[in-house]
Amino acid sequence: MFAEILPLLTKALGETIYMVIVSMAIASIIGVPLGVLLHTTDKGQILENMPLNQTVGSIVNAIRSIPFIILMVAIIPLTRFLVGSAIGTTAAIVPLVIASIPFIGRQVETSLKEVPAGLVEAALSMGATPAQIITKVLLPEAMPSIVSQLTTVIIALVGESAMAGAIGGGGLGDLAIRYGYQRFRPEVMLATVVILIVLVQLVQFLGNTLSKRLNKR
Amino acid sequence: MIKLSKIVKIYDSPSGKVHALKGIDLNIAKGEIYGIIGLSGAGKSTLVRCINMLERPTSGNVIVDGQDMMKLSESELRDARKNIGMIFQHFNLLSSATVYDNIAFPLKLSNTSSANIAKKVEPLLELVGLKDKAKQYPAQLSGGQKQRVGIARALASDPKILLCDEATSALDPQTTKSILALIKDINKKFALTVVVITHEMQVIKEICDKVAVISDGIIAEKGSVLDVFTNPQHEITKEFISVLLSNDLPAAFRGNEISAEKVEGSLLLLRLNFLGDKADDPILAQMIRNCQGVECTMLFGNLDEIHGVPFGRFIVGLSGNESSIQDALNFLSNKEVRVEVIGYVRRNSSIAD
Repeated sequence: MFAEILPLLTKALGETIYMVIVSMAIASIIGVPLGVLLHTTDKGQILENMPLNQTVGSIVNAIRSIPFIILMVAIIPLTRFLVGSAIGTTAAIVPLVIASIPFIGRQVETSLKEVPAGLVEAALSMGATPAQIITKVLLPEAMPSIVSQLTTVIIALVGESAMAGAIGGGGLGDLAIRYGYQRFRPEVMLATVVILIVLVQLVQFLGNTLSKRLNKR
Repeated sequence: MIKLSKIVKIYDSPSGKVHALKGIDLNIAKGEIYGIIGLSGAGKSTLVRCINMLERPTSGNVIVDGQDMMKLSESELRDARKNIGMIFQHFNLLSSATVYDNIAFPLKLSNTSSANIAKKVEPLLELVGLKDKAKQYPAQLSGGQKQRVGIARALASDPKILLCDEATSALDPQTTKSILALIKDINKKFALTVVVITHEMQVIKEICDKVAVISDGIIAEKGSVLDVFTNPQHEITKEFISVLLSNDLPAAFRGNEISAEKVEGSLLLLRLNFLGDKADDPILAQMIRNCQGVECTMLFGNLDEIHGVPFGRFIVGLSGNESSIQDALNFLSNKEVRVEVIGYVRRNSSIAD
């Protein structure tokens, strides 16, 4: 019986990992700069611009307040436009990315806020440009914290990707619902839950290890 | 080198406008170590930040090395700042970078090649005595070592001016001494103009040539350290100095009524300040010899040195008949000694305190 579900599990695990990695990569490319923008345009920061900060902040809050399952359905037209279909693993990546960008933005912003203001002041006193302060002071100093925060985002993505299974996204969540729930196969349900737990533990462990290695404080 | 005129800084705060600086004039000559002392909130940190425009004055003029800092564009200002090193109370080192990379930081900002960075950083490591710590991270260093890294970093861009913002306030007295010695050393070695912000008179006395006492956004008093120390005019200055040089009466007299008239059993207490070579002269012995009938009791004595000039402070008690005491006061007033008459004070009946 185990031999029968094993291929199902490995395929589903592969799909989950694919969704998480690709979503995380795309969301980070946009989300990290978003976090930098949120922090640096805030009051008293190097690129202070309150109108911009508040506008972007409101959009971020708006997206973050939509439950993922609703966001997923609500943006189906956009998903269809971008990937040509609203069903499938790749299609699930669109809502995952859109939900993760503001999440990453806020997490990175929080990390950057932890960098002592004195360091920025010191860099300014040495004639650093805003770009140099971001790349040579803020990001390197906040990196251990950013890694921790992004680990949290990845774990949230694992959970959301399982939800994406509900609209035909594939992955472990999809498997658990179709086999474990709809076909009354508790052993499949159990197996997916175990795999998810192991996956999350692994991500957390790797994140912690990397963060600790980067932290010289 | 630094010329501040009519500097005013007003902050907007939720509770209204705050006047941090209310018209400051200050001239700092090349190669000088200039101390600015004040209580926290007096505006000294704001003032030092006006020199490199980390704080832009609301009005006034800031001329640094012939450049009108107020009129510079952002990029011109960044270049001008490379001429002005700064060190901080909490060091502000990058925790993610090694000692070497921290010192190299200002050079990396100006895209210096790594070969040239090494040529610059190695001697600086040597100068501040941290050659063996190059690969360590700031968290592995003591406070004094961190400030040495801060100093080396501030010197990396060959500045003409060094601003020290409470640079020793987070350090213990021993370490403070060694950091001050280092600052004095580089001041001489590189003909560096140094501005020292502090709330500790000890720091001023140790290394500064000149001092400005700032209180409530204005300069209460300024001048050479020797003058300000030996002849303070303003209450706040006297208070700062009293931390180092107590103004209290000796224990046997403390707390007793001071009267201008002679009281039975009292002594006339005088505070005497000797300066320079006069500190060595036997003035008191001469006084006793010259003024018959005067008894002189030494109650307190302290001999100190400011920039190599001896500086003595004594409290003596005179007794005798009124005319002989007057003789003694006349004698002293003709000598080069500053006399402050405290008044007639009776000795405590019990001296056991």
